[in-house]
Amino acid sequence: MPGYETHEYDVLIVGAGGAGLRAAIEAAAAGVRVGVISKSLLGKAHTVMAEGGMAAALGHVDDRDNWRVHFADTMRGGYYLNNWRMAELHAKEAPDRVRELEQWGAIFDRTPDGRILQRNFGGHRYPRLAHVGDRTGLEIIRTLQDHAVQQSITFHMETTLLTLLNSGGRCVGGFGYERERGRYKLFLAKAVVLATGGIGRAFQITSNSWEYTGDGQALAFQAGAALRDVEFVQFHPTGMVWPPSVRGILVTEGVRGEGGVLRNNEGKRFLFDDVPENYRSSTADNAEEGWRYTQGDKSARRPPELLTRDHVARCIRREVRAGRGSPHGGVFLDIAWIKEKLPNSVEHIKKKLPSMYHQFKQLADLDITQQPMEVGPTTHYFMGGITVDGDTQMTGIDGLFAAGECAAGLHGANRLGGNSLSDLLVFGKRAGEHAAAYASNHAAVGASAVGDQIASAIQRGEAPFERGAQGENPYAIQHELQEMMQNLVGIVRTEDEMEQALGAIAGLRQRAAKVGIGGNREYNNGWHTALDLDNLLTVAELVTRAGKERRESRGGHFREDYPDKDAEWGKVNLELSRGPNGAIESRKIPVRPMPEDLLQAIEENK
Amino acid sequence: MATATFRIWRGEGEQSAYVDYPCEVEEGMVVLDAVHRIQATQANDMAVRWNCKAGKCGSCSAEINGMPKLMCMTRLNSLDLSKPVTIEPMKAFPHIKDLVTDVSWNYEVKKQIPPFHLRPPGADGTWRAYQKDVDRPQEFRKCIECFLCQDVCHVLRDHHMHEKFIGPRLLIHVAQMEMNPLDDGNRLEALKDEYNIGYCNITKCCTKVCPEGIHITDNAIIPLKERVVDEFYDPLHKLFKIFK
Repeated sequence: MPGYETHEYDVLIVGAGGAGLRAAIEAAAAGVRVGVISKSLLGKAHTVMAEGGMAAALGHVDDRDNWRVHFADTMRGGYYLNNWRMAELHAKEAPDRVRELEQWGAIFDRTPDGRILQRNFGGHRYPRLAHVGDRTGLEIIRTLQDHAVQQSITFHMETTLLTLLNSGGRCVGGFGYERERGRYKLFLAKAVVLATGGIGRAFQITSNSWEYTGDGQALAFQAGAALRDVEFVQFHPTGMVWPPSVRGILVTEGVRGEGGVLRNNEGKRFLFDDVPENYRSSTADNAEEGWRYTQGDKSARRPPELLTRDHVARCIRREVRAGRGSPHGGVFLDIAWIKEKLPNSVEHIKKKLPSMYHQFKQLADLDITQQPMEVGPTTHYFMGGITVDGDTQMTGIDGLFAAGECAAGLHGANRLGGNSLSDLLVFGKRAGEHAAAYASNHAAVGASAVGDQIASAIQRGEAPFERGAQGENPYAIQHELQEMMQNLVGIVRTEDEMEQALGAIAGLRQRAAKVGIGGNREYNNGWHTALDLDNLLTVAELVTRAGKERRESRGGHFREDYPDKDAEWGKVNLELSRGPNGAIESRKIPVRPMPEDLLQAIEENK
Repeated sequence: MATATFRIWRGEGEQSAYVDYPCEVEEGMVVLDAVHRIQATQANDMAVRWNCKAGKCGSCSAEINGMPKLMCMTRLNSLDLSKPVTIEPMKAFPHIKDLVTDVSWNYEVKKQIPPFHLRPPGADGTWRAYQKDVDRPQEFRKCIECFLCQDVCHVLRDHHMHEKFIGPRLLIHVAQMEMNPLDDGNRLEALKDEYNIGYCNITKCCTKVCPEGIHITDNAIIPLKERVVDEFYDPLHKLFKIFK
């Protein structure tokens, strides 16, 4: 059996995106030994792709904004299935997390009076997103990265976990491998923070990077933690649709925040026809008012393009299905039209949306300052994830914490744009703080306590080589899973299709058990793909099982056979965990009653 | 569907060689699509570093037909497909395997550079800064750390002076702090003595390959050189310092 290196920390952080880095900084500040594992090189995690901004009620652009409005917006966007405590903490603490970034060297775009500028975004009542053009994620991850490397933190880049380790009912570390030389590594820790991001790679059309294979969710599930809200997958309304090879790449909501409009092939702004009841009073009913809103007119209501993502995505799908789509199966997103309003529109667009300008110019030969873009829905975000305590981010397993996209609760059934970056920082910090405190009160265990778990992880790691290149092709299984999930458990779902999906997943699981790979362990992408399959299949099954169970439509979960919201389902979260025989068990967990003050915050912002 | 040939550098160390792969190509494809297709069907164990496939993370740097580029942002229709397309790893860093190089040097050097240091707040207790004052450092902060500029820098690539010179990527990292109105650190002496900014002879190769279009030489390196000259070599400035 191959050997392994051993590393010991007080707190082990799995993931080096926004949540992982912020957790690491906080844990290091508490004076404990911190190790960080990142699946890629530092600074490349999926956070880098976030574009539009980070939501925080700073009130720099509209002083009517405050945490109560942000809280109410987040709850309404999530159809009130959110963990309200997390929504409260998030709204209260996000402004400090933004300011802190600036004090660590981030340079946000500025207001005329020299403060951090904020922009409009879907579902946010006031301009709330601190941003840097359309590359906010890059700014945040670089700031955190540059700050973190100056702290006492050890980084293990290009390293992936195969399993979490468990002893005496506690999580005591993880076992994995590093990519470069393919060596196995044992990480013993008193507390572990999962910050591994989402599951977008379970679908064919996605804005997510290759790392998003549901690692944290699957590791936690296998370790016995509960997951909740996993039926809620966010399909971002605007991904690129052409050329085929770039299908799914994100087109920021910031385009619409800056005045971009959605039209069908008849030139009609179709979103005006379908405004949900609970947003009608706050939505503009004519183009002129919508434009004024995007230009900061406080008396104007927001254009329907800035309704929540679930709604806009479904409307786009409807237009395409009805034959009113663009030539390549999307609709038109037009920012070029603002030249009617702004004499310097070309420079303005390039300044505000530089990445979008380059992305379309380079990948689609299209100048967005002159022509409309073609866009359609793309798998973007996972609202569901590991169940955590709202204050401490501890999961159901002692010593195991989770933060960011891999944790659940803040977003309920649908996430508002801009609430993800703030989620990472608010709850990354909390997870780091509480993991460090937990570590200070608990003893480490030795490798001997987890010997069997290590042996079985190595066995799993070696298996694809034993079967060799004549085994099942890992890439082929991954592609089939992605295509199947896209078709059967995508933006619109039915009982029959999800039943079919479960059958397909079972079939793919059998094939995954025979996956083989040639070559050696050194930087072998085929091996990595083979080892990620377990996680992808686990999260795919969880999403499908929960989707089948929730017989209603709400937020990111839309069922053609149950197209309406159901009041009873509005009172419960679905929670899934691993039963004693390994099968998935589900429970309906009633939504906890909200304290009076929070109910009032919602009422006053209706 | 047309077929093109991709001549990919495979192997580790001395054992490396070009291998030709035929691959079907379609409209709109980028080089990384072809590499993925080859990896999935003909070369499962091929080492390729990539993440976002959207030009935002800077992971998939390579030399395509000898030109340093991001594989995810290089359209096949920009290449002559009647001849084999060569794809090689970056040359200025140690080779690991196939298309992957060891870029850890960049991380190690960056860690040694004095980090951002916050200046005291203004009279109102906050840190105000105006857009016109942050436009320049924001340009440098667009850097996605693809290290293509390091790859083409003669000082690093041809003269292997990694011990003495930090290269264009890290010079703009210094520049974004030096030009940040909220930073009060001073890295000029280090620029002169440790980072040896003088080694740069402004051939602008770095600027030409930057996928983010950052004006590395004109907007960062030359102004930094000027600051160093003003600080250490300007006779009037020296006199002024003596009498101060």
